[in-house]
Amino acid sequence: MRRLKALIKKEFHQIVRDPSSVMIAFILPLILLFLFGYGVSLDANRIDIGIVMQDNSPQVQSLIRAFENTSFLNAQVERDRREIEKQLVAGKLRGMVVIPTDFTRRLINPDDTAKLQVIADGSEPNTANFVQNYIRQTWVNWLLQSGLSEAMLTVDERVSIQPRFWFNPELESSHFLLSGSIAIIMTLIGTLLTSLVISREWERGTMEAMMATPVNIIEIILGKLIPYFVLGMSSMVICTIISIVVFGVPFRGSFITLAAVSAIFLITALQQGLLISTVAKNQFLASQMAFISGFLPAFILSGFVFEIKSMPAFVQAITYIVPAKYFVSCLQTLFLAGDIYSVIIPNVIGIMILGSVLFIVITRKTRKRLI
Amino acid sequence: MQNNFVQIQDVTKLFNGETAVDNVSAVIGKGRIIGLVGPDGAGKTTLIRLITGLLVPEKGKITVAGLDSVKQTQQITDIIGYMPQKFGLYEDLTIMENLHLYADLRGVPGRERKETFERLLGFTSLNPFINRLAGNLSGGMKQKLGLACALISKPHLLLLDEPGVGVDPISRRELWSMVQELLKEDITVLWSTAYLDEAEKCDTVILMNEGKILYNGEPHELTKKIEGRVYQVKDIEGSARQVLKTVLNRPDVIDGVIQGASVRLIMDKESKIPDLYDIKAGDNAKLLRAPARFEDSFVDILGGGPGGDSNLVETMPEMKKTDRPVIEAVNLTKKYGNFTAAGNISFSIKAGEIFGLLGPNGAGKSTTFKMMCGLSTPTSGTASVMGLDLKTASGKARSYIGYMAQKFSLYQNLSTMQNLQFFSGVYGLRGKLKKEKINNIIEVFNFEKYLNSNAGELPLGYKQRLALACAVMHDPAVLFLDEPTSGVDPITRREFWTHINNMVEKGVTVMVTTHFMEEAEYCDRISLIYRGKAIALGTPDELKNLVKTDEIPGPTMEEAFISLIKSSDEQEAA
Repeated sequence: MRRLKALIKKEFHQIVRDPSSVMIAFILPLILLFLFGYGVSLDANRIDIGIVMQDNSPQVQSLIRAFENTSFLNAQVERDRREIEKQLVAGKLRGMVVIPTDFTRRLINPDDTAKLQVIADGSEPNTANFVQNYIRQTWVNWLLQSGLSEAMLTVDERVSIQPRFWFNPELESSHFLLSGSIAIIMTLIGTLLTSLVISREWERGTMEAMMATPVNIIEIILGKLIPYFVLGMSSMVICTIISIVVFGVPFRGSFITLAAVSAIFLITALQQGLLISTVAKNQFLASQMAFISGFLPAFILSGFVFEIKSMPAFVQAITYIVPAKYFVSCLQTLFLAGDIYSVIIPNVIGIMILGSVLFIVITRKTRKRLI
Repeated sequence: MQNNFVQIQDVTKLFNGETAVDNVSAVIGKGRIIGLVGPDGAGKTTLIRLITGLLVPEKGKITVAGLDSVKQTQQITDIIGYMPQKFGLYEDLTIMENLHLYADLRGVPGRERKETFERLLGFTSLNPFINRLAGNLSGGMKQKLGLACALISKPHLLLLDEPGVGVDPISRRELWSMVQELLKEDITVLWSTAYLDEAEKCDTVILMNEGKILYNGEPHELTKKIEGRVYQVKDIEGSARQVLKTVLNRPDVIDGVIQGASVRLIMDKESKIPDLYDIKAGDNAKLLRAPARFEDSFVDILGGGPGGDSNLVETMPEMKKTDRPVIEAVNLTKKYGNFTAAGNISFSIKAGEIFGLLGPNGAGKSTTFKMMCGLSTPTSGTASVMGLDLKTASGKARSYIGYMAQKFSLYQNLSTMQNLQFFSGVYGLRGKLKKEKINNIIEVFNFEKYLNSNAGELPLGYKQRLALACAVMHDPAVLFLDEPTSGVDPITRREFWTHINNMVEKGVTVMVTTHFMEEAEYCDRISLIYRGKAIALGTPDELKNLVKTDEIPGPTMEEAFISLIKSSDEQEAA
């Protein structure tokens, strides 16, 4: 116990004096948060589209105003179809709406259906989808608001679709990015920082000197895990506060659940760092391994940025052994939905299974010997 | 228990298929200082780690005070103090924090701890620096702190892995006398070293080479075997190098080295005395018996040194004779901010001379050296090679230079052939000439067998040959050698200097840095660098004469070095 205390004290002295630890534990998370908060946005806002106005009635004017007023679209109106097509081909516009000459005539005729042509740039399917949906929605809204009687609507439009997004009504991607980034940050501290500091001890020969003292291996391991656990948790708290206060991410769960889930994940991440350092005894190799086995999967395969459901089946299968996948899912639930235990508990079990596998491997592999 | 405190029985340890320790058996008695002596790669570190239980042997058994090194590792750690070769302490903790950490780890309680700290800090004279970060200490102070940490819980067995490396001779002596003190407290000390002169001072010596124990016993028992066969040829007329070459080519001479202006040699039979006329030493030359040293015995056990000819140099062209200085430094100064790494250093080196920069680590010899070969630009002053200023004509000047960096820095992942091709390309050799040169080197150095092996896996001797071959491929007139043979076995070192001596005979000029006294003896002249200044300049014999007193009538190079540095310190203080 006295030896463990001495080791922990030593580790904290080192963390405080080593700029790179502070860098990874506090500065890097802040940079990541600000990057995800301000820099990266998966939303399509103010998409440039063109409108070809071949009809010029007051109704068409009103429809165009509706397109101009929606914040999702940035409409450019031309009379000549060729002008818009040219820009669409040049990639300056993402889509176009053609209001045909017979638009008003068909609109006021109760027996007819007014038609709009919508063309979207399919080279970016995601944006093309947005374009279609936004235009459709604007069109439906306009129909409802313009006070035209229901009779004028086509059969399709009479059954109007009203999409509502739960949990993230404004579809702010920064909300789920920021909540998910806590998983990235904890992976960085748990896996990267821990494997780095242990391999540094190998590199500098301090581990060798340590092992020739009566310290036992459990004390050496705990002497590393406890300080970096504390560091990881405090970094998590800071990130949560910044996400909520600065970026206005909602938090609908309870902090106790967040702390508990984070702690379980962090222990797994720390174990991964520990395992790396039993194999890699220099900092270069350790950082490579931590990036490839920890950071990249947490970034790419966790569902944090890229949706797992749209991955090929065998990649989806791999995501099951990425602890960050379960944690990201918990985080997004806690932040955006609340303490939904039917989601959180299976995910926590997932993390724990991976954690126990790591624990078994580590206890097998780690001995108080040099190789 | 007294006489078999540590027992090593038929121990073998393999690393990736290579045998690091080969069927070694030894017994270490209590209360003595045991020298574990041998060149780099002899298996010293592995043996020490096996004793601590940090490594498990493939075969054999080790016990310390009756405790098994594999099954009772935990109990062994309670009674040993271990100082690894790399500085094993935390550089970002202060002296005091490091001491407290080790006191906690070894369970030294409050009051006893205070006394222990006082005693150790006094003992190591580290008291004024207790709040300094360990990373900011000098090499000598670091080793003292390492020693203090290893001594915190009064170990029965103290294992020191090359404590003298990276430490200047003064600190080395201090460290040595500290360890001597410890023997009074009934501590057994295992001191590993590549410096053979340290071996002579130990009670017992375990001499290792290539994983095997060559000798285990008292050092003077070993030197006794060659006592009476060691001679010194003094007052040589002409070149000592020429005499050495002649001597080494005689079948009855086992070994020979240069000592300043003299030649030291070992004969294979006691009765025979070499004829001075035969070795062309001149009419006034004298032949004196010299006391046998440990290194002589080591060479004797290994079967004697190499001959005097270098097949590498045979094909090299004779350099043009010139009276102008080949290498010249005028008021050379290098400053880093406020810190003067080298100040006002001047010297001039003639063609065919070996010039040494001698000094402790961090004294400024590497800084000076780098400015001389154009790797670093001086703050003021000029450095020139073959009359060309390295500042203005560095490209041209560098084409005359061959450079061999510390520790044979070849591309470890490239094969012998790839290294040869790369370096010949770098030095601008092309087409037929390049092919001929490479073939010649392969032939004279017997590289055929190793052409496709990676440089990192070559035996030490071959590594050294390859490094030298790469540095001299373009027949340079000037050769810069940075610590060329520190840590290598004496045979490899002799082989290396045979090549160098032969090159010098062809008119090549050599500049060498070293902290190794035996190497300094090979130089024609030495500049002693200390604290960024050249504090003495002269032939090895002149420097030794400078410090000659009644107490030390025949000072060694090391004694000269120490006393010159001390008097420089005194001047500084006054």
